[in-house]
Amino acid sequence: MAVYHLKTPISEEEIRKLKVSDVVYITGTIVTARDQAHKRALEYFKEGKALPINLEGLAVFHCGPVVAKEGDKWIAVAAGPTTSTRMDIFEDEFIKNFKVRVVIGKGGMGKKTTDAMAKYGAIYGAFTGGAAILAAKAIKNVKGVEWLDLGTPEALWIFEVEDFGPLAVAIDSHGNNLFMDVQKKVEENKQRIYQKLGLPL
Amino acid sequence: METKVVEEVAFNLLKQAVIYLPEDVKKALKKAYAEETSETGKTQLKAILDNIELAEKYKAPVCQDTGTIIFYAKAGAQAKNLDKVEQALINATRRATKEIPLRPNSVDPFTQKNSGDNTGRYIPFIHWEIVQGDALELTVMTKGGGSENVCVTGMLVPGEGINGLKKFVVDAVIKAGAQPCPPNILGVAVGGGADIAMKLAKKALLIPLDQHNPNPEIAKLEEEILEAVNMTGIGPMGLGGKTTVLGVHVDYAFRHPASFPAAVAFNCWAARRASARINSDGSVEYLTHKNVR
Repeated sequence: MAVYHLKTPISEEEIRKLKVSDVVYITGTIVTARDQAHKRALEYFKEGKALPINLEGLAVFHCGPVVAKEGDKWIAVAAGPTTSTRMDIFEDEFIKNFKVRVVIGKGGMGKKTTDAMAKYGAIYGAFTGGAAILAAKAIKNVKGVEWLDLGTPEALWIFEVEDFGPLAVAIDSHGNNLFMDVQKKVEENKQRIYQKLGLPL
Repeated sequence: METKVVEEVAFNLLKQAVIYLPEDVKKALKKAYAEETSETGKTQLKAILDNIELAEKYKAPVCQDTGTIIFYAKAGAQAKNLDKVEQALINATRRATKEIPLRPNSVDPFTQKNSGDNTGRYIPFIHWEIVQGDALELTVMTKGGGSENVCVTGMLVPGEGINGLKKFVVDAVIKAGAQPCPPNILGVAVGGGADIAMKLAKKALLIPLDQHNPNPEIAKLEEEILEAVNMTGIGPMGLGGKTTVLGVHVDYAFRHPASFPAAVAFNCWAARRASARINSDGSVEYLTHKNVR
């Protein structure tokens, strides 16, 4: 378990060094996107429209933050990750089209995303679900917000972060997926549990 | 009972719930951190404990998903102004959304429009119970979406009995995996009907972790299920480890001879709840967060 501190924009070379179970902290720019923002971003791409921010080398964060406005300035009050599996249907295209290097969320992602990460050079960093203040304290500045018409949880929030983490590398760019490994073990353990409970296998 | 007092108390309960986790939950998480053997699992529990401390220090919501707001109201039959309680709870919710702040989490399922203030048709939801006396006891649960998405109801086969229930719970936990932000708390209920089982299961999430079922047979079942689900190896945040569930609470209702309804309600580690009693003279006792103002 190695610890890495990465600065955005992150290169493919830096990403390829990382292995599952490593711990990563990110400094630079991360952008939130949930279901609706993923959907709209891919629609924009299809229509040849540019996104409000170039995501190349950046991290996309599955997060709907609690935000407050102090004067003209937005503040991220609480900003933990949301469940990433909902974005599984979009993420391979998202990585391919927008060249993000890190996807941050909780709960892990599936085979399609794992394959895209191996192909294009990206990782999935699991941020502890619910650790919203830990995340908010690493957000030094809200640089901007786009697509607020989607509602504050679904908008694109552009955060300037310092040592944002710990992110557990749960999918690396070599086809390894920690969540899927755990699931395999859980399936094996299931038989032992049934036996212990005296249930038919 | 002054509605202003009800509104103020509901606002305070929301604030207590979203910022300060109950002592029993914190204690269970600390114990889990001490006992977890998986390295990755331990980093997750460490982040959780650090986050709880930061939330208290900065008086900010412990999780950005400040949940769907559900009130449980135990109304004394002699309490006055009960017809105005609903509006007071709605007002408190609106104020809490703006002032704490809470994330606006109330969306019209047809237009997909977010009301922006955590209110909407049937939201905040209020469970009413009429009890003796003239006091009003209010409990708020702010229920996270990640753990809500894996709650399940099942109509099991009566012939399989409690064994069927055990299997149902184990399978639900395995299927949920990393999604409900483990370590979780489980509310399990059997009997009544599909809706009744889930209502009881969800309500069981309000029981403190250090409190066990007064029926020794059911307490044993809770312990057995807890041990079983922690053998899955799902671990904190689904990244592997031995802490998957912090506690299990089982409740039941009598069932129809042909039915065996069962429900499993999941709560995330950020198991937010707060209670208070408002007496008829307007005095207020905070029941879960005695040392927090």
